[in-house]
This record gives sequence, C-alpha cells and structure tokens, in this order.
Amino acid sequence: MRSFTYERASSPAEAAAAASAEGAKFIAGGTNLLDLMKLEIETPTHLIDVNDLALDRIETTPEGGLRIGALVRNTDLAADERVRRDYGLLSRALLAGASGQLRNKATTAGNLLQRTRCPYFYDTNQPCNKRQPGSGCAAIGGFSRQHAVIGASEMCIATHPSDMAVAMRVLDATVETVRPDGTARSIPIAEFHRLPGDTPHVENALIPGELITAVTLPRPVGGTHIYHKVRDRASYAFALVSAGAIVQRDGTGHIALGGVAHKPWRVEAAEAELPRGAKAVAEQLLADAKPTQENAFKLPLVERTLAAVLAEART
Amino acid sequence: MTAAPSGANAQAGTGDMPSAVGEPAMSKVAITVNGEARELDLDTRTTLLDALREHLHLTGTKKGCDHGQCGACTVMVDGQRINSCLTLAVMHEGDTITTIEGLGAPQNLNAMQAAFVKHDGYQCGYCTPGQICSAVAVLDEIRAGIPSHVSGDLTATPQATVAELRERMSGNICRCGAYSNIVEAIAEVAGRPA
Repeated sequence: MRSFTYERASSPAEAAAAASAEGAKFIAGGTNLLDLMKLEIETPTHLIDVNDLALDRIETTPEGGLRIGALVRNTDLAADERVRRDYGLLSRALLAGASGQLRNKATTAGNLLQRTRCPYFYDTNQPCNKRQPGSGCAAIGGFSRQHAVIGASEMCIATHPSDMAVAMRVLDATVETVRPDGTARSIPIAEFHRLPGDTPHVENALIPGELITAVTLPRPVGGTHIYHKVRDRASYAFALVSAGAIVQRDGTGHIALGGVAHKPWRVEAAEAELPRGAKAVAEQLLADAKPTQENAFKLPLVERTLAAVLAEART
Repeated sequence: MTAAPSGANAQAGTGDMPSAVGEPAMSKVAITVNGEARELDLDTRTTLLDALREHLHLTGTKKGCDHGQCGACTVMVDGQRINSCLTLAVMHEGDTITTIEGLGAPQNLNAMQAAFVKHDGYQCGYCTPGQICSAVAVLDEIRAGIPSHVSGDLTATPQATVAELRERMSGNICRCGAYSNIVEAIAEVAGRPA
C-alpha cells in the first residue's frame, strides 16, 4: 500500500473542498477502497475520513419518501422498518450482497461507488482501460464468463457489481451531492452510473471532490417487491444475473437487471411488456445484447430469472 | 528508502514495507480493546487487524486473505462484527473493540467457545476465532431483528434456524469444511437443536 496522510472531516462542504486536491479521496466504510489500495489499484496520497459527518440517518421526506444518509450502513438500511415495509426490494437487494461483516461497514454512498470485480481490473499485470486508461482490455478475448452482455464497448466489458444499485434504479432514487464549491445538486440514479464508452475509468456523474450526502426515494408505490439473484454460490458471491422488480396486481411494474452491464440495466420499453411475460420482457431488455462466447448463457438466464420473478409475483 | 518493485507488496496490509513514493505518515489513535484503553502511534496504512496482531500482540485474531473474503479477521467494534483487515486502525478513534481474547479464556470459556469445543467445530482451528466472533454477533443480530437473505417475511421477527445461521455465517470460510459442526455449535447456543 502506498503511504497517505489522513484527516477526519467535520462538515460535508469542508470534506468536498479538501477532496478536490490532487490525490485526495474520501473514505467511509473502506471495504472496497482498502482492498484496492492494498493491491495499489487505488493509490490516494490523502484520505479524508467522512465518518464523522452526520449523514447516518434515514428520514421521511415531506413528499412521503425516504432520505437515506450517505453513511447509513447496508445492514441498518436493510433492517430499517420503513424500508422493509415499503421498499422491500431494497432490503432484499442489500441482503443478497456481500457478508454480514461487510454490510456492517459498507455505506449507502460507497455501495453506489464500488468498483467492478472484473479479474483483469484486479490483476495489475494485465492491461485494463479502467485501471490504466489506454492500456487495452484483457477481458475482451479473455475469460469473460462474468462480464457484460449489453452496453459494453470495445474498451471495456466490465459489469457494475452492486445489488443495491439495481434496487435504487427500480425505485427511481435520486443521489444528492455537495460539490467542492459548496453547491448542492441532485442526480437521478438513471444518470448517475455511466456506460464505459471510450472512458471506462469514468464510472459516474460525480466531478472530482463531489461528495454524496444522501440518496432519496420517492414515496412508496406498493406492489410486490422481488430481488432474484443468480450466482455461483448460494451466498456471498456477485451476481451472474440479478433482477429487481416491483410488480403490481394488474401485471404492470418496473424491472432492472444486475450482472449484465456497466450499470443497472433498465429499459422502460421492456416494462410495457411485463403483462406479456418473461420472454417478451427479456427480448426488449436485451435487444442490443452482444455477449461473448463465454457469457452468452446470460441471455437465456435473464429470461429464466425474469420468469422466476414473475412467477413469484403471482403467488 | 528502497523502492519496492510493483506488485511485490501486493499482499501487504501493513506499513512495514516502505512505499515507492512518499514517507510513511504517522497518526495517533486511542481505542479500547477487550476493556483496556490503548494508545498507538501508527503508520496510517496499518489496518485494525495489524494493529491488534503486530502492535498489541493479540494474535488470536487471524489474517487469512487480508481482503475481506475469508472472515478469519472478524472482530467486534462497538458490538458489531466487521472484517478487521478492511478498516484502518486510525479510523477507530474512541471505538470499543472485542477480539476472541476478550470473549473468553481457556479457564473461562465463552458459551460459544465451549460449544465449538463440544461440537468439534473446527479442524485446524485457523478460522475459529473469526468464526466464534462472527457467531456471537450473528445471534445478537437475530435478537436485534435484523433480517437476512433467507428470511421469508421481511417484516417478521427472524428466528435462529439452521438456514438462517448458514446464510448469516457465509462471510466466514472454513478450509477444513467443519461447517456442519459449526452450525451445530451455534444452534446449541441459540437454544435450538440443529
């Protein structure tokens, strides 16, 4: 690990201002950042500990939704009574991810910002456009069983690893931030994560030093909340394919996929097909899919996962 | 300062090896470990795990993968289990830490330690301190009503069923495969035969 200086920030604006300096990075739970620092994939020279910022509360908004502080731990968010009752999809997605130990540390904002688990991103002996822009992509033509089947580019076929982000996408969450100049803004979750394109190292809409302060949810929409995750182990593994859904009694609803793209994959046109069944939805969701030979299995797996989701919604 | 070749310290989680760039930065931290107040002056890179093992010589907590994948380093911080390898010691100013040494001693075993002995919940024993710390915290989490991936009804009170214990312990890997005995030990402490 490279050496770094360390400070504890006492206000969001102060933290954002400090983080705009070259080499500075925020640390909250640290479960992903420290892993990457040990491998020298992340090499910050200054860490700004944001854990003292009072961003660890879940509050009801005037609109009847929830405002989730950036530092709310994954365990606490999944266990919150309001989340369990009104946003079950979010609880389910959180509980499907990581381990109990990790969920006790991992934060809401950090979960959105976690990096891909592409093995070529993690192996510093391999080229990776995300880790070292312009060096190439070893996953293309390599072992790509875990990788993206849609929305990828010739520069990068990594997936976003988060389960929580899939639920946030279905729930139409909004990411609240403060920028280094002290101004706040709201970013719809649909615009938060980016596709790799020519700049796979740029993964989200944040500018340097911009700090996430909260994630807000609109008022509950009812319906049956389902998160179905297919993985190589029954627990503590990243998704090959996952589907988060809210299905209403009349068969309409919202759905997004995890494990298939560089961000949670939601296509509004596909949701119109929900009453017609899994095959129709999958065809719309994956219309432009370009799988590799090794991950082509994800296309039928998506359809079957959606069929399982819709069957569960009917019970 | 000798420059380390790239990748040579890929497994290092401590500040023991000088970085290729920059001098080590030191920082003070005060923590309470197993009821005892401790003050340390540490390289900022020192994980909580290395602070416990290398600086406080509490070697019950084990380093397995050093990347949060195996759970051997599990300790409790302010009552919650975490991977001590994935957190910096300097981030724990004022925190209360409980390690396996704080749970019990050979002549005064914690109920979970006694149950692991009784049910032979180990073979080589390397993962055991992490398993036991995790197991104690799992029962606390169930009592606190925290749901899990296998909880059927999210709004119901979770129970310490075998399915729940297996899911909640998935962050602790046992290379010897003592899982069935580990579950029996935890179930006994939970008051429910496995």
